[in-house]
Amino acid sequence: MTKKLPSIISKLAPVGTLLTVVLIWAAVTGASLVPSFMLPSPRDVAKAFFGDFPILMHHASVTLTEAFLGLLLGVLLAFLLATLMDRFPILYKALYPLLVITQTIPTIAVAPLLVLWMGFGMAPKITLVVLTTFFPVAVSLLDGYRSADPDAIHLLRSMGAGRVKIFRYIKFPSSLGSFFAGLKVSASYAVVGAVIAEWLGGFEGLGVYMTRVQKAYAFDKMFSVVIFITLISLLLMWGVMGIKMLVMPWERKEKEKKK
Amino acid sequence: MPISPNSVLLEARGISKSFGENKVLENVDFTLKKGELVCLLGVSGAGKTTLFNILSGLITPDSGQVLLNGVNITGRPGKISYMLQKDLLLPYRTVVDNVALPLLVRGVPKKQAREKAASYFQKFGLQGTEKKYPNKLSGGMRQRAALLRTYLASDGVALLDEPFSALDTITKSAMHEWYLDIMREIELTTLFITHDMDEAVKLSDRICILSGHPGKIICDIPVTEPRPRAHDFNLSSAFLDYKRQIAENLIL
Repeated sequence: MTKKLPSIISKLAPVGTLLTVVLIWAAVTGASLVPSFMLPSPRDVAKAFFGDFPILMHHASVTLTEAFLGLLLGVLLAFLLATLMDRFPILYKALYPLLVITQTIPTIAVAPLLVLWMGFGMAPKITLVVLTTFFPVAVSLLDGYRSADPDAIHLLRSMGAGRVKIFRYIKFPSSLGSFFAGLKVSASYAVVGAVIAEWLGGFEGLGVYMTRVQKAYAFDKMFSVVIFITLISLLLMWGVMGIKMLVMPWERKEKEKKK
Repeated sequence: MPISPNSVLLEARGISKSFGENKVLENVDFTLKKGELVCLLGVSGAGKTTLFNILSGLITPDSGQVLLNGVNITGRPGKISYMLQKDLLLPYRTVVDNVALPLLVRGVPKKQAREKAASYFQKFGLQGTEKKYPNKLSGGMRQRAALLRTYLASDGVALLDEPFSALDTITKSAMHEWYLDIMREIELTTLFITHDMDEAVKLSDRICILSGHPGKIICDIPVTEPRPRAHDFNLSSAFLDYKRQIAENLIL
């Protein structure tokens, strides 16, 4: 019972911080400390958002399609690679450094190349999303497979289980927790990856909208689209958490018990 | 093949095993008759775990054989299952799915495996826990579920490696009583590893002492006290005599 109050406060804390930031923002713009073309007021940003709402939704659907397809392909690729790397240690040794290197290449440098190779359609955007999302998932799956309890693996072997059954009953389910941790990171990268790819060439998508309003110096629209993208990423992350709760009911029950 | 009550169920013949230069077991022989409970008592490092792994088929010995019902099962897992102090119930499977695991591994269809596993729940005092996750169970219940899984994984022989040593004294004592009952009921033959002398004398038909480097069975002490044993058996002079006998052998 005594723990209830602090838990409410701790839940409200981030909301409070957010409100404070918006209030300060409103106060600064309201008092005209900063010229409105440099920092539009929250009200202007909201107006810009609802004024352009249909256009934003259209661009968002394009970006989300790219992000989803890219994330899906990225996860599939990660699953395939991680599983093969776990099965064949030589592949692990051969590929792991390469995986890390792909992550050190700045996205912004790859995107124009992809546009050059694949044109202005969806393909380069999806590819970029795949490149940014597969790594966190692959690494977390690999860690997850390795976190499987060796005693449990021995026990299954003693029951006569082969590799496939050990994977199915021990390794894969043991990796789910860390898989979802990786997927959460990847989901938040997916939208940003798609937006960056759109900056560098294309006709549709939130990234295209962003470059357009930027060139028009429409900072209110710029702010509204940035906040919109943030919200979409957050929603995606929450979505991943929701799926995790559905797929891993035993975790949920454990949490209920702790309460 | 019918088995007469006193027939040998499990037999280890001349088992030796080295890991590199390190000779762990040398010429280990013992037999387990059907329905017997034999304790393997040994100082740590005497190769108890290696012997267990050999019996369960996870490790192939350098020489020697493991026979189950006269059939050579050396290096062939899937016949004898073991249970550790750590219950190894998988947190992501419900209790019934944990228990059904050995059947699933053998290729029994999911529905049948679940039904068969569930049919033992009453007997093992696990009724009502079928759909729960293991983290909801008490320590004693988890060990019972692990034992049921071991039973379903084996062809009548269970290897137990200090299964109750993580439990508190009272639960442990209750588990002993329960184990002796259930073992008779389901006709389970048991090889029990422990370093607890009291536990060994209380439970066993025979006590084998594994000792030395490399490990050998240095003596085989029958515990002739009739069953069911009295609650105060562990306070009797006979009990102390057994303990003295074990202690003398262990010091060697």
